[in-house]
Amino acid sequence: MTAIIPTPLALIAELTHRCPLHCVYCSNPLELQSRGSELSTEVWTRVLKEAGDAGVLQADFTGGEPLARPDLVELVRAARGSGLYVNLITSGLPLDELRLSELAKAGLDHLQLSFQGLREDAASEIAGTRALEQKRQVVGWARAHRVALTLNFVMHRLNLDQLEEMIAFGEESGASRMEFAHVQYYGWAFANRERLLPRREQVERSISVLQQAEARLRGKVRVEYVVPDYYAKYPKACMGGWGRKLMLITPSGDVLPCHAAQLIPGLRFGNVKNQALQEIWDSSDAFQKFRGEQWMQEPCRSCDRRAQDFGGCRCQAFLLAGDAAVTDPVCTLTSQRAIVDEIIATTNAAAPAAIATKAVWLYRTNPA
Amino acid sequence: MKLELHARPILAAGCRLSEPNRGPRMLLMPERALRLNGPSLEIVERCDGEHTIQQIVSGLQKIYSKAEPERVEKDILGYLTLLHDQRALDFTMEELTGQS
Repeated sequence: MTAIIPTPLALIAELTHRCPLHCVYCSNPLELQSRGSELSTEVWTRVLKEAGDAGVLQADFTGGEPLARPDLVELVRAARGSGLYVNLITSGLPLDELRLSELAKAGLDHLQLSFQGLREDAASEIAGTRALEQKRQVVGWARAHRVALTLNFVMHRLNLDQLEEMIAFGEESGASRMEFAHVQYYGWAFANRERLLPRREQVERSISVLQQAEARLRGKVRVEYVVPDYYAKYPKACMGGWGRKLMLITPSGDVLPCHAAQLIPGLRFGNVKNQALQEIWDSSDAFQKFRGEQWMQEPCRSCDRRAQDFGGCRCQAFLLAGDAAVTDPVCTLTSQRAIVDEIIATTNAAAPAAIATKAVWLYRTNPA
Repeated sequence: MKLELHARPILAAGCRLSEPNRGPRMLLMPERALRLNGPSLEIVERCDGEHTIQQIVSGLQKIYSKAEPERVEKDILGYLTLLHDQRALDFTMEELTGQS
């Protein structure tokens, strides 16, 4: 029996790993790719066309900081011309009003502006630079040029108690969407987890605050929340299932099933410089490895939830249990859950101040 | 939210229809896409800031003349409310006159 290969729906394009920020939870890998290895405008243009032809609906331009690419306007135009919905995920730091108007004219559909926090001191400690005032300006420009706007607040132990301020800021800004995405523990965030993982009472409080905000703002601002999965009972359906909906292209052209897949040993990735995107999606080793259900072990193999969460996250299984093919240790149906429970117990046992002063941050560096 | 029949729905910024020659028609919006079937596509195509909700209802009641008209109206209002809750729709209202 041949497995049916699903159609990819979204392409996450990491245009560069260069970034003016140094966030301690950056989703980029610890080994960053250099400027010299970045794909050219021509290759990206071809890949975007191939994506549209393959049935991809949305392109997410991200980085690093995608605005660091001088050809961004051209790439937005190419994506839009290939029938894609174009989303820009940015810190907003290198943006000015002229460039935003050019991006809008080239077909940018949506801007996702990331916030490290609303208190300049705390936000600067996280991002390693002062940024908040610039972001406030970007919000105004997006409104002036009628670009749809999502404010993305990255949540963690140190800012989870500032939710009400963030909600009030978003409400006033005129954004149509607010996303409160908890840090996910891979790469830089995994290295800094001890100081980022919130306490249980913070998580519980935040869920109730956001539920109230969601109900109050319905029809006005769309509120979305990504919970810290260590506190969940079942794993997240990571990437909507491996090789089912999404793919990510790194600055140098490797095509990955998710942001962190390179940390799993032994996976072989196709590269768009010498292979067609459709072929990579359909048959490359990395996509085939955990696609479908053949790879699953118990308890996933016979579990009713396997079509819902697809066994959770492969990278998390590797990082926490040392084996990418076991059930995500977040799942309370697996014995590996003991690993997560121990991490949570440590976090909740220590006095808050003890953690804050104990470890030092590992700041994200910049590639050559 | 109570919908006013004389309001004119229009797709919100960041929400648009996929191009006609690229597979099934979709309503594209931030981080999601909604597949549109016959009636839902007919509704969304009329969310252009020109048609009032009343006109959309009458138009679809003609197309689906075998269905109960009340049912068609109820389904359309339900669908518009859903889109509005997802922040995919705005409504423009007639200017009020004589209130200067």
